Amino acid sequence: MSGPDPWETLRAATRARVGLGRAGDGLSTAENLRLAAAHAQARDAVHTALDVDAVVAALGERAGPVVRSQVADRTEYLQRPDLGRRLAPDHGLQADSFDLAVVVADGLSARAVADHAVAVVDALLPRLEGWSVAPVVVALQSRVALGDEIAAALGARMVLVLIGERPGMSSPDSLGAYLTWEPRVGRVDSERNCVSNIRPPDGLGYDAAAEVLAALMHEAFRRQLTGVELKDTGAALPPAAG
Amino acid sequence: MSWSTTLGGHSYSFADLRDLLAKATPLRSGDVLAGVAAESAAERVAAQTVLADVPLAHFLDEAVVPYEDDDVTRLIIDSHDAEAFAPVRSLTVGGFRDWLLSWEADTAALTALAPGLTPEMVAATSKLMRVGDLVAVARKTRVVTGLRTTIGLEGRLATRLQPNHPTDDAVGITASLVDGLLHGAGDAVVGINPATDRPSTVLALLELVDDARRRLDAPIQSCVLTHVTTTLELLEQGAPVDLVFQSVAGTQAANRGFGVTLDQLREAREGALALGRGTVGSNVTYFETGQGSALSADAHHGVDEQTLEARAYAVCRAFDPLLVNTVVGFIGPEYLYDGKQILRAGLEDHLCGKLLGVPMGVDVCYTNHAEADADDTDTLLLTLGAAGCGFVITVPGGDDIMLNYQSLSFQDVLQVRQTLGLRPAPEFEAWLASVGLLDDRGRVPQLVPEPIRALMA
Repeated sequence: MSGPDPWETLRAATRARVGLGRAGDGLSTAENLRLAAAHAQARDAVHTALDVDAVVAALGERAGPVVRSQVADRTEYLQRPDLGRRLAPDHGLQADSFDLAVVVADGLSARAVADHAVAVVDALLPRLEGWSVAPVVVALQSRVALGDEIAAALGARMVLVLIGERPGMSSPDSLGAYLTWEPRVGRVDSERNCVSNIRPPDGLGYDAAAEVLAALMHEAFRRQLTGVELKDTGAALPPAAG
Repeated sequence: MSWSTTLGGHSYSFADLRDLLAKATPLRSGDVLAGVAAESAAERVAAQTVLADVPLAHFLDEAVVPYEDDDVTRLIIDSHDAEAFAPVRSLTVGGFRDWLLSWEADTAALTALAPGLTPEMVAATSKLMRVGDLVAVARKTRVVTGLRTTIGLEGRLATRLQPNHPTDDAVGITASLVDGLLHGAGDAVVGINPATDRPSTVLALLELVDDARRRLDAPIQSCVLTHVTTTLELLEQGAPVDLVFQSVAGTQAANRGFGVTLDQLREAREGALALGRGTVGSNVTYFETGQGSALSADAHHGVDEQTLEARAYAVCRAFDPLLVNTVVGFIGPEYLYDGKQILRAGLEDHLCGKLLGVPMGVDVCYTNHAEADADDTDTLLLTLGAAGCGFVITVPGGDDIMLNYQSLSFQDVLQVRQTLGLRPAPEFEAWLASVGLLDDRGRVPQLVPEPIRALMA
């Protein structure tokens, strides 16, 4: 069984945990600890509260109000997605008129939001010259659809929700971006467009994400819609991936 | 029909069978989310107490989803075998639980009974069982199927090898495939979840695994878990389709949400059967299900998620599947919140499927936002092994990098096979031995046989 290591090429082609070795039939101590560490990072991403002050400070003068969903705590958030889609009544949002509302939402990974959300806003806004953009709302215990109610309250024609995605073992910090035209309570997922896995350097970079989002947003305004019908318009869409 | 009872000085009433079944269900987040769960522990036991006295025959008279509105209900009622049902016809739900636990209810009796049972009957009975009951009854229930390997035999635990890759990269998938084979995995199926439903990609993946099968001369069947309409298209092109796959659920509306009809499933099954690719059997379909899938499609009709899951097995059994598995921990904590709920649901699904005559496996798994970890998957795997589960799903290191969730590792299964004295499917076991991957004590040595080394080049 001598010769070159046959695993070399194969390992290079995948992040799958291949060729782990064994202790008897089971996993070795070292491998068990590596798996536990990856799971711990994903768990902490789900359960750590978003550092709101840091996000607001990074947004600077673009920062708008901080709002909450009707969810009381993380335990309820995980079991009641319906409540995570509705605004708590004391939100204080003022009705106005905007082309775009931007919502930075904790979702399932506060870490993704802390690491990537403001950078995406920074990369995106210069690509939207001439648009009236509402002050960026920070939303807590939030699902994607909370953005619909926020944007409707602000009087925005479209909403962009930047939200922490469900963490994987190898991706605890993945940010998703969801676009919805004419947002209001009751919009369904097929009426949105999504750019997912924003997490440089392993996933999509900020400029690449902003480029795709801006293309989608201009096209959404031209055609007055988002969702499955917008998907195939030839905009620079990212490859389909899980 | 409505029911009522008193417990601890309080009276409880239940509007209909649907309400009674939901309130009798052991606590799970999806039923709370749907607003159908019992409002207190006492109300739950009151419902279980009432349910225990409902005659099994009543389930043939009161549908939980109306017959006129739903083709799954029509399938259940129209295919019910009254003759097979006769031995238990006079029993109540509670009496049926006792009968299932009795010595009289042996493997032969349970096999003969299966066509006489409806999903609602078995779901109701499982709601009165504890984990130990769910294991004990499942252990004596056997459903044996075959294509190139035989699944479901006593003393065997097969595995689906799931070599997923986020961009369907051929080398990346080969890496995971090889890793699994070297650990003795893949005897149930080599099943890939593709990142895209593009027919050309699906075809390339089918050819990749079929080519490996022929080069290794190994008794494996492959499946690319694409939508049935894509498989129909590929069948027309003459693609090497071993198994037709589809996710299914327990109501017509939920299946519509999956974009699938019973007629499409029938057509695809006939297409795959016509290819005659089996050697030891002719079961050519593979289905996945999961508690909460109907609710997530807003197609639950106010029925609890476990009863709906059992109804999905009625859909499966109409198409003579080789394999069916619940994706129990995958659907998320809003349907099954923690390790306790996932454990129970996995064992319920396994038992209910087998009682209905469905070859059940389980994707023993969890997502990172569920209150669960590897201790919970170990516990479910061990209990399923004791319960005689047909197959489980395995991925490298338990980490699915495409679907972003944790299932079992190849090592997890090697360990439980040794702990419980379980073996791979017989045809696959013989192949493993022939290439040196099985020693005389049933262990898988750590080496790379030449035919597999050639695949790695």
